[in-house]
Amino acid sequence: MQTLRRKDMLGLEEVSAEEINLILETSRSMREIMQRKIKKVPTLRGRSVLNLFYEPSTRTKASFELAQKYMSSDSVSVAGSSSSLVKGETLKDTVRNVEIMGIECVIMRHPVSGSSHYLARNVEASVINAGDGMHEHPTQGLLDMFTIWEKKGRLEELKVAIVGDIRHSRVARSNLWGLQKMGAEVVVSGPPTLMPPDLDAFGVKYYHDLEEAVENADVVMALRLQKERQESGLFPSMREYAELYGVTPKKIARAKEEPLIMHPGPMNRGIEISSELADGPQSVVLEQAASGVAVRMALLYLLLGGTKEQ
Amino acid sequence: MKQLMIKGGRVIDPARDYDQVADVLIKDGVVEKIAPGQKSPSGAEVIDAEGLIVTPGLIDIHVHLRDPGQEYKEDILSGTRAASAGGFTAVAAMANTEPVGDDPSMINYVLNKASGAAARVYPLGALTKGLEGKEMAELGRMKLAGAAGFSDDGKPVMDGMMMRNALHYASGIGAVVIVHEEDSNLAAGGMMHEGTVSSLLGLRGIPAAAEEAMISRDLMILKITGGRLHIAHVSTAGSVELLRRAKAEGLNVTAEVTPHHLLLTDRLVKNSGYNTNTKVNPPLRTENDRQALWAGLLDGTIDAVASDHAPHHTDDKDVEYDFAPCGIAGLESTLPLLLDEVASGRIKGFTLPLLLEKLSSGPARVLGLPGGSFEDGKAGDVTIIDPEREFIIEPDNWYSRSRNTPFAGKRLKGAPVYTIVGGEITMKEGVVTERAVQG
Repeated sequence: MQTLRRKDMLGLEEVSAEEINLILETSRSMREIMQRKIKKVPTLRGRSVLNLFYEPSTRTKASFELAQKYMSSDSVSVAGSSSSLVKGETLKDTVRNVEIMGIECVIMRHPVSGSSHYLARNVEASVINAGDGMHEHPTQGLLDMFTIWEKKGRLEELKVAIVGDIRHSRVARSNLWGLQKMGAEVVVSGPPTLMPPDLDAFGVKYYHDLEEAVENADVVMALRLQKERQESGLFPSMREYAELYGVTPKKIARAKEEPLIMHPGPMNRGIEISSELADGPQSVVLEQAASGVAVRMALLYLLLGGTKEQ
Repeated sequence: MKQLMIKGGRVIDPARDYDQVADVLIKDGVVEKIAPGQKSPSGAEVIDAEGLIVTPGLIDIHVHLRDPGQEYKEDILSGTRAASAGGFTAVAAMANTEPVGDDPSMINYVLNKASGAAARVYPLGALTKGLEGKEMAELGRMKLAGAAGFSDDGKPVMDGMMMRNALHYASGIGAVVIVHEEDSNLAAGGMMHEGTVSSLLGLRGIPAAAEEAMISRDLMILKITGGRLHIAHVSTAGSVELLRRAKAEGLNVTAEVTPHHLLLTDRLVKNSGYNTNTKVNPPLRTENDRQALWAGLLDGTIDAVASDHAPHHTDDKDVEYDFAPCGIAGLESTLPLLLDEVASGRIKGFTLPLLLEKLSSGPARVLGLPGGSFEDGKAGDVTIIDPEREFIIEPDNWYSRSRNTPFAGKRLKGAPVYTIVGGEITMKEGVVTERAVQG
């Protein structure tokens, strides 16, 4: 099998459609491993990975750790709160000290945009960005694409509507890049105050009106309303947000028949998505979580595989 | 009697429209005579300036010397050596030190420490106590102690009434007020220019409006107070337009621009992979803004080029983007960068005399300083430039204690080869001379 000709996975903006294809194809094989009774392959035996999370995470962290276990790599996980960050050590020093112990790959989540770029420049290990500030969350973008691809059989010429806080969302940025590279049409909706200053930079169309945005959409993706990231005053109230921009059956009536309903989690039920949709037959929210493991296994394999004797 | 003869150089004194090959004789620290074909008096030290440019000592009216308080980044001696190495004979030092320069004792401290240093230092006092924007500092007493002007640089004065009173009061003592224009509410949390690139990078933006709104406010205030307003580091096209109109109306306002705003754009934040040496306030703006700044410099809307030399230790910059302090150290790169622009001819109409005006008589006029032009009997401050000299920006070899520049490694054409302060050579061929630093 091929490998990725790159050291790091920092964002989907800089990844080609061919690379994304390779990751998705590989994820399919990994998905098959996950469905076995004994979910373990020796592929990354003897390889060492560091999970470094400076922000809380349930899904992404669990998913990366499981991917590592299924691939038989050795891994350590360090949380921001327990790390030496609180003792005033710099990110560079922290990672270099662990790297010298034999780490070949660092998976990092960090509240500052660009921190994974900074890290990648300063270590020899491969860096996988597990979310940097408001910038990118490439493995989330990949797992979302994998989920759609599995369900719809393609990404080309699908219409995907992403709804909510695009401005502060690294998930949105990775999806905007990835989906468009794979030939999908992406539109966004949400209050203007939650859009990036220049949406044209991403080449997507913005609709004020959610119902208009989802017209003929194959996929509707609601984003988490990141309360912790909101400067105050970007919208008047949660209930008004729910009423205007919450994804509900009524609001998405003009979408294609049986559109996929997605959410990267964790969900604020009744705010950005109604439980009716989140738990309904069109929802692939749980598949997204499962895809996460497969995609991360694929990425670990493609980044680490072939660099040592295989 | 000490004499220095600078022979056969092209003497450019923009303030007097003087541009010809001539000899400059400095006697006892002051300009004695400028004329072609002079005989060197016996015993005079002679500099052969053939093929070189001889110009009034360059003045950087916006530097941060970090002294006292952050001497690990820079101090008055290292900063003035950096100035001298960069071709500057004088700098104006901002008051955002620790403690803040908001008291006559602080002005005295700077003047004392700078006496005999490699470049003249004109201390600027804080406009408000503690740079807090709430209470006026003792502008009059600081002026008597030698403050060359007043500024809360690094911080905007958000309270409009505070600004009105300070500007009005300063007019009574004939002092210039220098403002860092930024609406801190509009700029809150910003890491770079707000626009396409900030959208792509997921960095919080500082909109152009944050600067333009404050410039608008202060120009309106200036109309009712009178006085002298100087806008530091103008960075947007809108700001240039506001200033152009204000000057046409006859308002007593001046402005400066930095080399990094003239030469770089926000694209570099992305292309450098979030390199923190691109983090500066005001932030690097767009290509459109950059073009407008050049236009403003060429048509006289902008009076001076200043480095906004903001030294930061590598440890402080070698962190994640949000955590890095703002600032670019520019004393040792400003002149070569701009000489290279002249040499390349990239900017139509940007001539050597124009560049030298923006670095000598322009800044001198802004602060009402004595130098900036050759006048018989005035201080013998001279910068000698080799316009053909190959120059590489090598922060590791700087006299400054800091290395924070996005221009590292840049190969340029044109460099200062002598800096002379009061008839004393403080820099020769890039080497700052010892006698200057002994004071």
